Formats: sequence, structure tokens, C-alpha cells
Amino acid sequence: MSGHVHKDYTGAKFGMWLFLFTEVLLFGGLFLLYAVYLARYPQEFISAGKELNVWFGGGNTMVLLTSSLFVAISITALRRGAKTLCLRLLGSTIVCAAIFMVNKYFEWSAKISHGIYPGSDHMKEMQPGEMVFFNLYYLTTGLHGLHVIIGALVIAWAMILIKKDRVNADDWVILENAGLYWHLVDLIWIFVFPLYYLILH
Amino acid sequence: MSEEHAHIVQYKTFAIVWIGLLILTGLTVAVAQYNLGAMNIWVALGIATLKSGLVIAFFMHMKYESRLFQLSLFAALAILAIFIGLNFFDVLYR
Repeated sequence: MSGHVHKDYTGAKFGMWLFLFTEVLLFGGLFLLYAVYLARYPQEFISAGKELNVWFGGGNTMVLLTSSLFVAISITALRRGAKTLCLRLLGSTIVCAAIFMVNKYFEWSAKISHGIYPGSDHMKEMQPGEMVFFNLYYLTTGLHGLHVIIGALVIAWAMILIKKDRVNADDWVILENAGLYWHLVDLIWIFVFPLYYLILH
Repeated sequence: MSEEHAHIVQYKTFAIVWIGLLILTGLTVAVAQYNLGAMNIWVALGIATLKSGLVIAFFMHMKYESRLFQLSLFAALAILAIFIGLNFFDVLYR
């Protein structure tokens, strides 16, 4: 065993993709619910969708797209031996995750202070379609927000391994897989944003 | 292991993809302001699909992966499409 440790790069990455497929199906279930209820309550979805703030949703879209760029570049940087740049980019990604969550906090706070949250008296008086919209909104963005937090933790873990040179220019699959997870978080949001924030007509 | 995965994507490629993603985000916000009836949702989904295609192909390196990766992604998305599509045979004709 001395010296040589077998690493299956393709296997490690393929395993990550298989996990991502299960994540797609998890969120797919929520998108299925959205699609079915949109078909049933088109007018109510529009009136409820207008309540959401496009600036919060759009701003967070840009934050996530930019963070995805940072992660993508960080892998190239690591493989070219630019360790410091790689760590800075990953640090910036975690900052982006924090900005996203702070936005989410203000957005949810504003909604909750208007009495819009699952089980509230105000929601019980709404049209059934609007109630479904907001329940799905909280469920989907909540589950997505959880993924943002987990993604940031995974990237922080990758940063520690890079600092210790356990992940390096010759062995970067952990960073690659952490990056794949982060891009999935971005992908889900690419669909959440138009479906919830841009349903105006 | 670096010999079989030698492809390193250029910084510039990522930057161009990012600019494309921002433009498409602006486009989807702009289009949503117009009333296109039932087409609104399809245009929004079309742009989102294009954006996710860019993220998957470049940021997630799928463009540079082997057939195995690409086919399994296709299979997963086909299953999702069947999963959502077949439900509508029930929901729409109930």
C-alpha cells in the first residue's frame, strides 16, 4: 500500500452526478405540484405572484450566477496552481451565499409581517389557489435555502482541504464535486425565479 | 489521473458564459412585463432551460464529459419529463 493510493476520479464524479439526479427529482416533485396547481388556479397564481418582489428574486439570481462563476473559475485556478486565487474565489462564493440568505431573511420577514406565512389567519382567508402558491413558495424557497447553507458548508470544507494541500492541482475531485453541488443550487434557482417571481400575466 | 481529465476550461470561457447568463436573466424579466397569455410561462421555461443548459455544459463541465455522463443526464431529465408530463394526462382530463 505504500505510496500509491488508488483514486477513481470518474467514479467519484459519477457518484456525485447520481446524487444530483436524486436532488433534481426531489425538487422535480415540487415543480410538479407547481405545474398541476398552476393549471388549476392560473388567475390566483398570477395575483399571488405579483405579491413577490422581483428585485429580491432578481438580485438573488445575479448573486447565485456570480457565485457559480467564482466556483467554476476556482477549479481552473487550482488546477493551474493558483491556490491563493482559488481560496479567494471560494471565500467570495461563501460571501455570496451569505448575501443570498440575508436577502431571503428580509424577503421572508416582509412577507411574514404582512401575515403571509403557512397557517396564518390572513392565508386562511385567501383564495385556495393563492394559499397553495404561498405554501409552495415557502416550501420550495425554504428547501432551496437549506441547500444554499449546505452548499456553503461543503465549500468551506473544500477550502480547509485546499489549505492543507489535501486537495491540490493533481487531486481536485473534492472541489469538483463541491462545485457540482453548488451549481445545482444555482440551477434550481434558475427555475424558481421565473416561476414564482415573474408570473405577472 | 490528470492525464484522462486534462481539459482545463479557460477563465475567459466562464466569463462569457456568465455574461450570457446575466443577459438571459434580464431578458426573462423584460419578457415577463408583457402579456403573452399562456405563452408567458413557456417563454420563461424556455429561457430557464437555455440558462440551465449553459450552466450544465460549461460550469458543470458536461460539454467535456464522456458519453456515459451525458446519457445518464439525459435519462434523468427524460424521467423527470415523463414524471411531470404523464401526471397531466390525469390532471387535464379529470
